[in-house]
Amino acid sequence: MSLIDARDIAFGHGDQPVLQGVSLALEPGEIVTIVGPNGSGKSTLLRVLIGALKPQKGKVTRQEGLRIGYVPQKLHIDPTLPITVNRFLNLPRSVSKDAGAEALMTAGVAGLGERQMSHLSGGQFQRVLLARAILGKPHVLMLDEATQGLDQPGSASFYRQIDAVRRDLGCAVLMVSHELHVVMSASDRVICLNGHICCEGTPEVVSAAPAYRELFGTGTGGALALYRHDHDHGHDHDHHHAAAE
Amino acid sequence: MLSDFLVRAALAGVGTAIAAGLLGCFVVWRRMAYFGDATAHAAVLGVALALLFGTSITLGVGAVALAMAVLIHGLSGQGAAVDTVLGVLAHGALALGLVAVTLIPGQRIDLDAYLFGDVLSVTRMDLAVIWGGGALVVAALWWRWSAMLTATLSPDLACAAGINPRREQLILTLLLAAVVAVAIKVVGALLITALLIIPAAAARNFASSPERMAFLSVATGALSALAGLRLAVIFDTSVGPMIIVVAVFIFALSAIGRQLRRIGT
Repeated sequence: MSLIDARDIAFGHGDQPVLQGVSLALEPGEIVTIVGPNGSGKSTLLRVLIGALKPQKGKVTRQEGLRIGYVPQKLHIDPTLPITVNRFLNLPRSVSKDAGAEALMTAGVAGLGERQMSHLSGGQFQRVLLARAILGKPHVLMLDEATQGLDQPGSASFYRQIDAVRRDLGCAVLMVSHELHVVMSASDRVICLNGHICCEGTPEVVSAAPAYRELFGTGTGGALALYRHDHDHGHDHDHHHAAAE
Repeated sequence: MLSDFLVRAALAGVGTAIAAGLLGCFVVWRRMAYFGDATAHAAVLGVALALLFGTSITLGVGAVALAMAVLIHGLSGQGAAVDTVLGVLAHGALALGLVAVTLIPGQRIDLDAYLFGDVLSVTRMDLAVIWGGGALVVAALWWRWSAMLTATLSPDLACAAGINPRREQLILTLLLAAVVAVAIKVVGALLITALLIIPAAAARNFASSPERMAFLSVATGALSALAGLRLAVIFDTSVGPMIIVVAVFIFALSAIGRQLRRIGT
């Protein structure tokens, strides 16, 4: 059974449709990436899937007892709310000190537990969000442009972390991104969204699809092929680096 | 020697400060100050209705504050910019209440008591209402603390964890109505928001966690209530405003203290 099964979802603000006829099922363990231009409804779709938005049409079925680890695009903490990283990790359910420290290590921000959230850098903040998301041993990890505001090496290492987390937990990963090259190479399946699903399939299939090329241009397609080629060579190598860091 | 009415006043002040200090943290974190104003100002209308129908003031205030809270909650769900609407509701309810009170035939009531509080005249019954309502607020916050805190940080994170943020918001709004009903006798409708916000704001300057901030906020509120009562007796002023003056003084000290600490490090 699918972890999440969304059928024929429609959502809009007023008479402005954002999503129309979107169907999507997420299977255990797979990495699915949603790509699409700005305003194509990627974040909206994710928020429909976690239940933050009620679809105006269609139905979202989540597996009984499904645990979702959600990493939002941005999280603004009001400056009047003092909170340390450790306290944040304990919301809403409290976890043991060891589990918290371990999650921070997995996410690549070991030892930051006593820091105030407001004193973290952008990259540290995103990794703390990731640590909190994996603490609940999720069946599915959902990342909404999680690398926004990170520089290239930063986001590359962030994605390596996510890959490591997935192998660790065996969870499915559903992410939204517009960093096409990085994301495409790491995904089992890519969904190209622009209000509706334009095309979907393996990264090779999608990057060759006319609908995709129409949205992102053929130039990107060429770069992608190059990148994938590159990446195939250095795959294991890359991960050794990640582990050694 | 302590007179009986002073003991009652002190108990009323401390009871109110505990509930307002705790809830005030959420009001500050979620920027609900205008919510507080609208709910509190509606209390004056509640007083007028209670006099008109001859029911107890607490009942009238509680009912109208509750209705206002639910109305605001519904409006905030529309997603529109509610700031202006809240302003209209807050001051509309206040003005309507003030007019209604003077129109009630045969009543010559001391309006100041409801606008600025009259803690020196609290009865045993009032005390029961204050401590009962206060206990309700504390118990509800204790019960929902983690869920509310998560929903305050991010409604989406709450959803993903299976918490309904709208429900948490509704509970907070209802608790706000309870605090209004509890606090009107102590600081009056016009200064209830002050009692919610100022102790929490003072606590922020020295808190490193939400829980510590809540504790410091309660302590600041209670200290303000006791010191305000004492000073009001000494200088023969009204008690409600004096409580707020003390709270503002503590806030100023804590803000200065924070600046000094910052320079020191």
